[in-house]
Amino acid sequence: MLLADLFQETSLALTSNKVRSSLTVLGIVIGIASVIAMISIGQGAQKTIESNIQALGSNLLVVTPGSTQGSVRSVVSSGRGSATTLTEADAEAITALELAKSVAPELSGRHQIIARGTNTNTSVIGTTVDYQSVRKINMAEGSFLSDQNNKARTKVAVLGPTTRDDLFGEGASVIGQKIRINKIDFTIIGVTESRGGTGFFNQDDVIFIPLSTAQQFISGSDYVSNIDVEANDQTSMTALQQQITVLLLARHQIKDAAQADFTVVNQADIASAASETTQTFTLLLGAIGGISLLVGGIGIMNMMLTTVTERTREIGLRKAIGAKPREIRIQFLTEAVMLTFLGGLIGTLIGWLASMAIGRFGSLTTDVSLNSILLAFGVSAAIGIIFGYYPASRASRLNPIEALRYE
Amino acid sequence: MIIEANNITKTYQIGDQVVPVLKGISFAIAPGEFVAITGPSGSGKSTLMHILGALDSLTSGSYSLDGQDISKLSEDELADIRMNKIGFVFQSFNLLPRTSVLRNVMLPLIYAKVPRAERARGVAEALKSADMPEDRWDHRSNELSGGQMQRVAIARALVNNPKLIMADEPTGNLDSKTGDIVLKAFQTLNQRDGRTIVLITHERYVAEHASRIIELRDGMIVRDSLNNNNLHKPLLR
Repeated sequence: MLLADLFQETSLALTSNKVRSSLTVLGIVIGIASVIAMISIGQGAQKTIESNIQALGSNLLVVTPGSTQGSVRSVVSSGRGSATTLTEADAEAITALELAKSVAPELSGRHQIIARGTNTNTSVIGTTVDYQSVRKINMAEGSFLSDQNNKARTKVAVLGPTTRDDLFGEGASVIGQKIRINKIDFTIIGVTESRGGTGFFNQDDVIFIPLSTAQQFISGSDYVSNIDVEANDQTSMTALQQQITVLLLARHQIKDAAQADFTVVNQADIASAASETTQTFTLLLGAIGGISLLVGGIGIMNMMLTTVTERTREIGLRKAIGAKPREIRIQFLTEAVMLTFLGGLIGTLIGWLASMAIGRFGSLTTDVSLNSILLAFGVSAAIGIIFGYYPASRASRLNPIEALRYE
Repeated sequence: MIIEANNITKTYQIGDQVVPVLKGISFAIAPGEFVAITGPSGSGKSTLMHILGALDSLTSGSYSLDGQDISKLSEDELADIRMNKIGFVFQSFNLLPRTSVLRNVMLPLIYAKVPRAERARGVAEALKSADMPEDRWDHRSNELSGGQMQRVAIARALVNNPKLIMADEPTGNLDSKTGDIVLKAFQTLNQRDGRTIVLITHERYVAEHASRIIELRDGMIVRDSLNNNNLHKPLLR
């Protein structure tokens, strides 16, 4: 049988019972569409989280006080954040390391901010000039904190765009305006560009002030909440992480690394932990879609078995006029694969439209990747072969005499 | 000889019982003969037809078709024999439903891998030989009358130019008037075109249309005679 004939015979067979064929295809359409839409939600979430982590800065290591690296993670250690073990001197010592490109200590806390009768609660970060390069901050207007600000302990502030909007209204010009933090007046010298992120990851709802000012007027101590370190490049990150650990252990006079009163977190670790979560999430969503795909596949098998029974005499005739068992098998297998392939095509289209609609009208970010489309097509073709094989081989094994006599 | 059957036997195993259906059948059919194989039901004529038509294997004896011994061939080789040497006409027509006359007749050519461009001519010739009116060629098979369906089936049997046409009760589903027309069509194919035809029937009247009648009873040939009524009868057209 020529290939062109095979396709012609198959389409004739499928169009001779349009209602049944389309209902069977519908099962596959729903399966594939739900797989595509579900995976797009999962991958959208993954992409959002990854871009948020990327927005933190590149080649970033964060040194935090307290330890999470006990023998068992769940063991209560000296609470991170509340511990006060890192100092500005530690940050300066890290600056001396060759692999460290720039170092920015941070002292952060949440405070009530008052400005011209309005007020908001946001995080106030005391830091140095290097913070701008470590965290890749661009200015929308004005300038970032300078070395001079830190040396002189000036009372100046740089606002994130969200904070600016909350205090002064959207897009207001605020350079030179005063805000009050902890009953102390600060003059606004700049507003950062938006860096995106929502919820936990909102990096725009923040106020930056000089570290020295924060230590003297707000916390009243020399400690810092964490130290951000930018490595020279991607490859030196692990080595730098090691060096910082050794350096700080020595500075804090700790012999056993397990007893460390600080933690060095690699940005890649954060990213991989986050993407692990979203991958599980994606897998779960995909599995839900997969179940409907399986049901669709069983629908195909059901229809093909019915078809083989119904067309028993036709199969007998085909054999009588010279069709070989292999040709009969290929013919019925092609019918099944054609159905699932058609279902895969329509399903991909609908799934793609659905995920666009979810992304547009829902609150979820979606992302249809080429991989998920290829996967859907591969799976639908595979379903055609797997669920079509049994009916097709049953057809091919029919005895022509009995098939011709079949009533 | 087109057909040479030599002491063919066929037994079926039903449970523990061995049931002999054909008990030693020998005969030969020359090219251009029109032979009716007849007998009451249970005489083994259908089984014999299946063996002659390369649809079934025989238990013992030998059978050669067109000079080729086909008693030991594989399933695929038998399919090739059926495709190239035999054209079947069945009692219930067995046309593909909702499919055009042309497509139905073309079906054997599809399995024979005849190039697409060469098919139309063969199909048209076959339909003309079977006296199928040309204005019906594009109709679907289920829009035809019984007589027309059987003529389409005859055209399908002719299309790959077989050595042998096997008709199994071809008038069984037709009224006597259309049955006569179909039988006349077989006579025409035999006398005008020199086709070799084997017709299986249990009706004496139908068998009378052939030029030779082989009668079976209980799996054996009880009579093999020329039908003098029909032997040199000029054909009325």
